[in-house]
Amino acid sequence: MTVAPAVTAGGGGPKETGLRTRRRREAGLAYLLLLPALAVFGAFTFYPFLRNFKLMLYETPPVPGLPAHYVGLHQIGPVLTSTQFTQSLVTTLLFVVLVVPTSLILGLALAVAAHRKLRGMAIYRMIFSSTVVSSVAVASVVFGTLMNPVVGLLPWLGINPTPPALESTTWALPAVALITIWQFLGLSFIIMSAGLQSVPDELLEAARIDGAGAWTRFWRMTVPLLSPTIFFAVIVSTIYAFQSFGAVDILIGYQNAAQLHTNVLIYEIVNTLQVQNNPGAAAIMATVLFLITLGLTVLQMRFLERRVHYAG
Amino acid sequence: MAQVSFEGVTKRFGDTVAVDALTLVISDGELLVLLGSSGCGKTTALRLVAGFEEASEGRISIGDRLVNDVDPKDRDVAMVFQSYALYPHLSVARNIEFPLRQRGLAKDARAVKVKEAAVTLGLDTLLDRKPSQLSGGQRQRVALARAIVREPKVFLMDEPLSNLDAALRVQTRADIVALQDRLGTTTLYVTHDQVEAMTMGHRIAVMSHGMLQQVAAPEDLYGRPANTFVAGFLGSPGMNLLPGHLVHGEGDAVSVDVSAGSLPLPRVLRPVAGAVAGPVILGLRPESLRIDPAGPLRADVTIVELLGAETHVICKAPDGSQVIVRQSAQAARPAPHDQVRISVDPDPASTHLFDSTTTERLVAG
Repeated sequence: MTVAPAVTAGGGGPKETGLRTRRRREAGLAYLLLLPALAVFGAFTFYPFLRNFKLMLYETPPVPGLPAHYVGLHQIGPVLTSTQFTQSLVTTLLFVVLVVPTSLILGLALAVAAHRKLRGMAIYRMIFSSTVVSSVAVASVVFGTLMNPVVGLLPWLGINPTPPALESTTWALPAVALITIWQFLGLSFIIMSAGLQSVPDELLEAARIDGAGAWTRFWRMTVPLLSPTIFFAVIVSTIYAFQSFGAVDILIGYQNAAQLHTNVLIYEIVNTLQVQNNPGAAAIMATVLFLITLGLTVLQMRFLERRVHYAG
Repeated sequence: MAQVSFEGVTKRFGDTVAVDALTLVISDGELLVLLGSSGCGKTTALRLVAGFEEASEGRISIGDRLVNDVDPKDRDVAMVFQSYALYPHLSVARNIEFPLRQRGLAKDARAVKVKEAAVTLGLDTLLDRKPSQLSGGQRQRVALARAIVREPKVFLMDEPLSNLDAALRVQTRADIVALQDRLGTTTLYVTHDQVEAMTMGHRIAVMSHGMLQQVAAPEDLYGRPANTFVAGFLGSPGMNLLPGHLVHGEGDAVSVDVSAGSLPLPRVLRPVAGAVAGPVILGLRPESLRIDPAGPLRADVTIVELLGAETHVICKAPDGSQVIVRQSAQAARPAPHDQVRISVDPDPASTHLFDSTTTERLVAG
């Protein structure tokens, strides 16, 4: 279709008609090819997305068996001010604060370490990035075992708190965050490594000959030049952290989640919907999460657009 | 200010020898050009002085100080990179200031020096811009300003003009020469461009395959190339190199026979004949040849290239070796497939002889 203007410029009347027919046929084919993807997205993304807004307007009575009834925007206020929601939001923010900076700083440190041209570095790169391909379930089970009060690594090292970390109101969230940090590390390492590759060696050499030591080079050259990458990683990890709940589900479970202050937003949404059978409240919380994610995405697009000139 | 010296410096990357037993002294205040085609080791030699590479063998000194184990930041050298390597997140002023800041100079002193360097290079109106807002020529000048601002012992320049367009390159070439002349800073300048080398260097060091071929002033390098590599490398087109042998004639007359014909050897070169038996290579610069019906050499014209002010007549000798005649555009032009005769400038300096085995220049006496 991209050749069309050139053909039109050289062609006359009859050719143009032929061209229009062909274009229409090509457009038809294009939509046909889009159809499978549209159907999947429509059924599993667009429809639920729109349906969510409708659910927000209906209240389900706490007694099972009674039908939901229309309440308009009236249940939004109570849900957003409920302790259940506010506690979950605070937990989620705490979780994000625990996970994002640590995983990014560790990822950057590993990326800087692996950036040097040393023999065998490829093996380390593979190891560092491998957490990306391990599933939440496997990671949770492995960490859960490591932290197990009887057979775990922690008791073996002489650290055996009572109650165990995963049953403690103080340590359950940090323990779940630790697993998530480990999981994020691979992605953070890959993003930071890619960013480092784009910092020209010559710049660091220039700084070196201009008198900058390793520390200055890192803080005055590498970090500023990496800032778009770091920002991207912060946003992406934050979004992921807001949406993460696998470790909580596997290691804590819904009976204990709220009591141990590990009921992150997504988990709270799932519980509200499935355990408490309250789709209206769940939909309102889901919308809050959507708005948070949207805000972060817009922020990232704005910021990265402004930083494009670095590449030039 | 200081001299820079290489003493038997070798640099190996695995099995590859990038610089092979280089011995070279760049005098205090000299602008020495390292010339060679890509991969000849010239940039590696420069990076050895900068300290980005470590010599596998040999000694590198700046002034009286052995610098083999000295960190780049302590060598007191400044470098201009081919890509300029400007700090993209810093303004022009901050770029120029950076080396001064690293040396802990006070703020006021820094401002004075930055201003001075900026004025010298005509950047004083651009100080607040970011590198991305500058043209190629302006970026290049910022790189130069950053190098001169801290008054280093040595300038290292790695093909600093190769990213500029032709007109700007000629201008900047002259500017760098004037700047170096005024500052009197020892400069090692790397390029693959022989015009740059000829016009800028006090001396030129020609390298090939990691080995130094010849170091000489531009006119000596061109007029008395040390071997067939230098002879063929310099000049556009390079020297014609024709295999042949020496023939003794009547009296002490000696001529050199090549497949294109027999050329009497100038008197000053005759003593060479006594010392050499066997094959030689006759070297003739294209501009010392002339299409001349009475000339001693004959060849078939293959291509005639008109370049505006001059014409290159590319011919083939009977043995297939190429003979290029460079003549003015006004001279009569033969046509391809013509058989022509060629005469040689009678100036003895126009005839060069090289040993065909060692490829070294044969000198009389």
